Amino acid sequence: MKSVFPVLTVIAAIIVIWYGAAVNMNQQWAKDQAARADIELSFKELVADTWSQTRPVLPAPHQVMVELWNTTGAKVLQGKAMSKRSLIFHGWITLSATLLGFAIGTGAGILLAVGIVHNKAMDMSVMPWAIASQTIPILAIAPMIIVVLNSLGIQGLLPKAIISAYLSFFPVVVGMVKGLRSPSADQIDLLRTYFTSGNNMFWKLRLPASMPYLFTSLKVGMAASLVGAIVAELPTGAIRGLGARMLTGSYYGQTIQIWSALFAAAILAATLVGIIGIIQRIMLKRMGMQS
Amino acid sequence: MSNQVCIEAKNLDLTFETNDGPVHALKGVDLTIKKGEFVSFIGPSGCGKTTFLRVMAALEKPTGGTITVNGMTPEEARQKRAYGYVFQAAGLYPWRTIRGNIKLPLEIMGYSKPDQEAAVERVLELVDLKGFGKKFPWQLSGGMQQRASIARALAFDADILLMDEPFGALDEIVRDHLNEQLLELWKNTNKTIGFVTHSIPEAVYLSTKIVVMSPRPGRISDVIESPLPRERPLDIRDTPEFLEVAHRVREGLRAGHAYD
Repeated sequence: MKSVFPVLTVIAAIIVIWYGAAVNMNQQWAKDQAARADIELSFKELVADTWSQTRPVLPAPHQVMVELWNTTGAKVLQGKAMSKRSLIFHGWITLSATLLGFAIGTGAGILLAVGIVHNKAMDMSVMPWAIASQTIPILAIAPMIIVVLNSLGIQGLLPKAIISAYLSFFPVVVGMVKGLRSPSADQIDLLRTYFTSGNNMFWKLRLPASMPYLFTSLKVGMAASLVGAIVAELPTGAIRGLGARMLTGSYYGQTIQIWSALFAAAILAATLVGIIGIIQRIMLKRMGMQS
Repeated sequence: MSNQVCIEAKNLDLTFETNDGPVHALKGVDLTIKKGEFVSFIGPSGCGKTTFLRVMAALEKPTGGTITVNGMTPEEARQKRAYGYVFQAAGLYPWRTIRGNIKLPLEIMGYSKPDQEAAVERVLELVDLKGFGKKFPWQLSGGMQQRASIARALAFDADILLMDEPFGALDEIVRDHLNEQLLELWKNTNKTIGFVTHSIPEAVYLSTKIVVMSPRPGRISDVIESPLPRERPLDIRDTPEFLEVAHRVREGLRAGHAYD
């Protein structure tokens, strides 16, 4: 619990800076409005105005929180959790693409890593491509993936999931290759003295040895997956999902909407990564590792 | 001790090709180890003692000469599970409990569950680790970990035990204790033991035969049959016989320019 105080301090500092920045960035609008109405704003009125505009340059924290609540908790209370104005609905759209993409990316990443570790040709050929794939801006390739898949008759969830898999497979490949290669020469020789098959080498040594590496990669991969799913919604004119929410927000100058979608995405990412962290702790504890 | 030959090397060569040219790890090595002997290999780093042990275990392939283990090639002996190997580092798998680590070879060799349990119980007792089966390796001291790794090598009843500086990383007090236990174990199980060490007292205390090796190229410079009795309390190390053998080992090392 020692960590609570520093965390709260940082949060408090951010909120203070944020409110200050909101005053600073929104005051022009407030002053223009006041000038047009020919009234003089006191400092107090100015501050109050900058914190309550409907389309501020930078919405104040409480505005974002209220919007977040109105589009999540309040919708649930109204029984409209899955309406188009609900962030839960949009969050679910993005989440489903994220999870599918994460599953595809993790699966592909593990398979590639196994191939790379066991096959010299794959080792030489796949890794450079995997690295090259990550140097292409995802924003550039995302629309092409959507268009190509669309022409193949694939629409909806899958193209988004593939874009998110495209981002998430890489950390898994890198981590798993390192993990599968982590057993020491002695640990490998030990199995050799038992006259064992390659199967045992994998299941009894390489795979368990790679677990700590895998989980670290999964955390990075999960966050990358979410980013991929959101990015996949941006250039494709999607109307559902957190990415679409940010995009429509920017079309109509709904900064509060953009920020609340941003926060929803951040909360979602933190939750997903947190869940992996919990699974990691349980798994590694069961495997006797000190965490 | 019988007169049956257990391991026999004839004119054994092993040359590693490296970027800096060939390295003669072993050159013209001749040695016969009989069943039930406790053989120590002693010499400075680079004399090929570990390599020799690894050749016996089919972990390295000789480039010349012949070697047989129980009358077979080392590969065949490995298939027959002729030996247990103990490494310098305990090398326990950290994700397995002590019990799980000991079971590892048994799982691979297809022992039935009840047989596995029985074997684990037996060897845990043998190395004095009863009650520690459920612990994970990091919960044990270095000496206990090494004992667990010996238990693992004993679990499948190989009649040869190859040990590569198993106590090298342990402090002297623990080492003395483990040496005593190892002798006890050797007497009780009648195994043939190949033991690599850096320590002259350890080699003399444990062995019935001491193989002194020297480097560049790795070769045998002396083979000493120990006159010490099989029954060896720790204070045998203060007797004149013991000191005499130790002296001969030291001479052997010097003759092989091992101090260069």
